[in-house]
Amino acid sequence: MRVSRARTALVAAAAYLIAIVFLLPYLEMVITAGRTKRELLDRNYFPTHFTFSNFTSLWSSGGLGGNILVSLEVAGGATLLALLVAIPAAYYTARHRFRGRTAFLLLVLATQMFQPAAMLVGLQREFTNFQLPSATLSLIIVNAGFNLAFAIWILNAFFSSIPVELEEAAQVDGLGRLGALCRITLPLAAPGIVTALIFTFISAWNEFLVALTLSLGSPAGSRPLTVAIDGYVGEYSTDWGHLFAGGLVATVPVIILFAVIERRVVSGLTAGAVK
Amino acid sequence: MVTLSPPRPSARPDPGPRGLARRAGRFLRRPGSGLRRLAPLAWLGPALVLVGVVVIWPVVVMAQSSFQHIGGEGFVAGYNGTANYRHLFREPDFVDVLVRTLLWVVVVVAVTMLLGLGFAQLFHQRFPGRRVARWALIIPWAASVMMTALIFRWALDPNNGVINLFLHQVGLVNRLGSHQAYWLGEPSHAVAWMMAVAVFVSLPFTTYAILSGLQGIPDDVYEAAAIDGSTGLGAYLHITLPLLRPAIIVATLINVINVFNSFPIIWEMTRGGPGYQTSTSTIYMVDLKQGNVGESAAMSVINFALVIVVVVVYLSTTRWKDQVDR
Repeated sequence: MRVSRARTALVAAAAYLIAIVFLLPYLEMVITAGRTKRELLDRNYFPTHFTFSNFTSLWSSGGLGGNILVSLEVAGGATLLALLVAIPAAYYTARHRFRGRTAFLLLVLATQMFQPAAMLVGLQREFTNFQLPSATLSLIIVNAGFNLAFAIWILNAFFSSIPVELEEAAQVDGLGRLGALCRITLPLAAPGIVTALIFTFISAWNEFLVALTLSLGSPAGSRPLTVAIDGYVGEYSTDWGHLFAGGLVATVPVIILFAVIERRVVSGLTAGAVK
Repeated sequence: MVTLSPPRPSARPDPGPRGLARRAGRFLRRPGSGLRRLAPLAWLGPALVLVGVVVIWPVVVMAQSSFQHIGGEGFVAGYNGTANYRHLFREPDFVDVLVRTLLWVVVVVAVTMLLGLGFAQLFHQRFPGRRVARWALIIPWAASVMMTALIFRWALDPNNGVINLFLHQVGLVNRLGSHQAYWLGEPSHAVAWMMAVAVFVSLPFTTYAILSGLQGIPDDVYEAAAIDGSTGLGAYLHITLPLLRPAIIVATLINVINVFNSFPIIWEMTRGGPGYQTSTSTIYMVDLKQGNVGESAAMSVINFALVIVVVVVYLSTTRWKDQVDR
């Protein structure tokens, strides 16, 4: 009994230590976001004053506010597109056995092995030829495409776990097939849909390299947040306070969203192999 | 389905009105069954189009571009055979970049997996506050890698970065603002720090993946092992690790793919410099793209082939198929 209590204390201490190490860099981000421009040069762990001016200036001209809106458009649009495309595909593959079903699921799984970074040159040349009206639209399509695999696999698992009898009963009660899908199956698959939704949103929100490449010709104000922040770093004297204030606004909501789906993300990412 | 052979009217008696209707129905359903065969396309079509546009076609364009002479404005001046590849192979930094890329992948993934196994074991134990502690681990996973890399760059600032302040206090850095404190300016130090950041951002997913593997192992397996006298390290090596195999394989695979293509860490911390001394193949490819698109495409093709080779070698050495088929 004694030994096991000492052991628990030791385990807890080690786990807390690791947790703190994982928190520290983000704590430093908070602290730096609260530094005035002059105190950025100080050699101390904490500034003597804590300012909110870096946050309020985000929304003034030349601030990152506009870029946050662009990122919202990209991530929101990509999420919507990915779900609109993934839901029918996942539903059909869960409910029907047909020739090409396995091939389709494997193809989708294989796309998870490809990263946008690996095919950047192709993406850039392809989307330059498309001449879409804005980089935002291109980024919506690319981000939706690269998150499709996750969405289809996790939704497929959810749809498969919902008994067909429920849909059949609904059809007997006079709901059409589409009605049964919308009123019965989709609500039951809500946890899976929310997971796919949040996951796609976060990865589109955080995406950097494709955004950097495809928004190259856009004016500074209409680039996604990650690209705008990267632009700050190249400057002669980086305004780290302003940069991290923008970074915090971008990071905190995402962490909260991620915590909601944390349990299901692992099963979604490892779907193809564990099943 | 058997009615494909032409009907022989002489052999058939008069079908009567009901039979006619049935036959007509069968006839009418025939275009329907053709449509039904196309039904999957209606449901899967959008997904196939999206995958085609975003994943497959770029690969084709990339491969094609690698054999083209492409001017600065993206203007294609015709095919030039293998000139892009020959030019690339003659680049003085090419071999160094490839070797560094392989080293980067092997070290980062190996350290991540080892630490991840330990972390998962730790966070699998019962202790008060476990949920909160696990939560802290999520943050580097949810935050963008780019922001995390920028935080570390700022914390390594030679004049007043917090990491340097701390190292100065414990006596590992003699003078702030000195050459010694400028970690990212010295290629070997910079690579080591960036590897550490790559491990840092890869650990949460890895830990969670192994953790979910651990949760899938029933307790009675250990009870049976304890009866056989196998506990502690012995039980871990002979029971836990083999049962974790699928989780380890998947986590390693996803890490290899992510780490191979990881771009933001190196880009934000050193831009691959000085020169190309801290570049991996992805950084090199992006940098080449500014000057010579064709050569950059050639680098992408090689990069792509390398990822496939690494994945195939890994999967065949781990006999992945046996695992999945079982």
